Amino acid sequence: MYCEECKQRPATVHFTQVYNGKTVETHLCQQCYAQKGGIIFDVAKQLSLPNLLGSFFVSNYNLQDMKSLSQNSSCPNCGIKLSDISNTGRLGCSQCYTAFEKELEPTLRRVHGDSRHVGKVPARGGEKIMVKKKIEGLKYRLQKAIAAEQYEKAAEIRDEIKNAEKQLD
Amino acid sequence: MKADNLLNSNFVRWMAADEGPESDIVVSSRIRLARNLDLVPFSHLLDQEDGKKCLKEIENAWRKSDNKDLLKMELLTFNRLTALERQMLVEKHLVSPNHAESDDSFRGVLANVDGSLVIMINEEDHLRIQCFLPGLQLEECYRQAQKIDDDLEKNLNFAFDDIRGYLTSCPTNVGTGMRASVMLHLPAIVFSGQTNHIFHNIAQLGMTVRGIYGEGTEVVGNFFQLSNQITMGQSEEDIIDNLNSITIRVVEQERLIRERLKEEMKYQLEDRVGRAFGILSSARVLNSNEAMALLSDVRLGVDMGILAKIKPYALNELVVAIRPAHLQKKAGKEMDAFHRDVKRAEVIQERLAQTRGQ
Repeated sequence: MYCEECKQRPATVHFTQVYNGKTVETHLCQQCYAQKGGIIFDVAKQLSLPNLLGSFFVSNYNLQDMKSLSQNSSCPNCGIKLSDISNTGRLGCSQCYTAFEKELEPTLRRVHGDSRHVGKVPARGGEKIMVKKKIEGLKYRLQKAIAAEQYEKAAEIRDEIKNAEKQLD
Repeated sequence: MKADNLLNSNFVRWMAADEGPESDIVVSSRIRLARNLDLVPFSHLLDQEDGKKCLKEIENAWRKSDNKDLLKMELLTFNRLTALERQMLVEKHLVSPNHAESDDSFRGVLANVDGSLVIMINEEDHLRIQCFLPGLQLEECYRQAQKIDDDLEKNLNFAFDDIRGYLTSCPTNVGTGMRASVMLHLPAIVFSGQTNHIFHNIAQLGMTVRGIYGEGTEVVGNFFQLSNQITMGQSEEDIIDNLNSITIRVVEQERLIRERLKEEMKYQLEDRVGRAFGILSSARVLNSNEAMALLSDVRLGVDMGILAKIKPYALNELVVAIRPAHLQKKAGKEMDAFHRDVKRAEVIQERLAQTRGQ
């Protein structure tokens, strides 16, 4: 179906108006609809990742909590407010992870199904700390593997732990 | 300037189809590690002054490094590239579309000459270390990206938390900060109409499927990008293992359907491939979607031994060479859609004739 206005582009906006019991249907393309002063809902933008993430933050609290939180708390390092984060879905700096730890926890669980890092650790803490961290991470993965009844994988992880523990001695 | 090669040649490393395993279906593999400098505001909050400081810090760490791969890289800041040149980096899949929109002097890339190692600077995170290789080579990509990460870390204080891991601007990347992805060519699965079903299942395993230019892009030419969604509670090795095994399952499925097509629809298949080749070798005007669809058919023909003498890497190259920025760079002028369609047909004809002659 072509747009009733320009008769060139396909009609993508359809609406039905009722005047005094008479029904009028209109079919327009986005451009002509916008020209006629209509507002086009940009669904892609409304449902963009930052917006969706932002709504995670908000939905963790009821509205009253949200108001007081957003007024009072900001990150001591970069100054960004919780309300900014829930608008953009982006944090301001590394310190925000500490400043908004409580608020972030449920979001991380929702996004990742987990809120704990078990992977690579930077080398700067020194060899021993790295190995200790690695063992902690492995133990966490071991628990998860057992819980999921992935016994073969659990056995592999157990071997890895043994090897790592040897490095500590 | 060495990295000029990324702008003047169509070829980058991931296109070298003969180097990678499973490259008849897995076009390329990519690992991307997101890293940020501790306490420095994330890239989206940087003004010119802080941005320049941030870039300087990264630049110093790079110059001080003793890693040969790092030292061979070149820094290209976006104020020194034209919009067209930045778009070419997007078309080669080396840089995200969002990143290329900026012409800030504190944003850009550190890249090596063949485009296998490309670090985006001040994209969403301060650093995004990426390694691209042909075929299914996620482990090797990770090994190379990790080496760069280790060596940069010697001179940079990366934001890291014992519990949360590598801290990133967006909470969807925190933890490993790693995104592993493979680009797949799946004409037979698409033909069988099973795409939605398969991708629905993949999504339940913590993976996502997208078009080739990443987030929010549509699928063209039967190319799909498969990547991990989750970055916490799984180690880098787990994530790569998972993506590897899912990829192998998808590849098996694609091969199975291809075999069945060959047995049950031999003539229709050969007809389709032959027609695609015919159009590509003689058309004078080709729009992007049509060209991508036909190239996909030709590629299927090459992979299944129906068309001889066409090199897969030439097809990888063409997928990029027919994009608008590459066409305009080759023509040396700006072109409207119609003139690009004419140039596109010319470039394809030329390349196909060349590869058959080789």
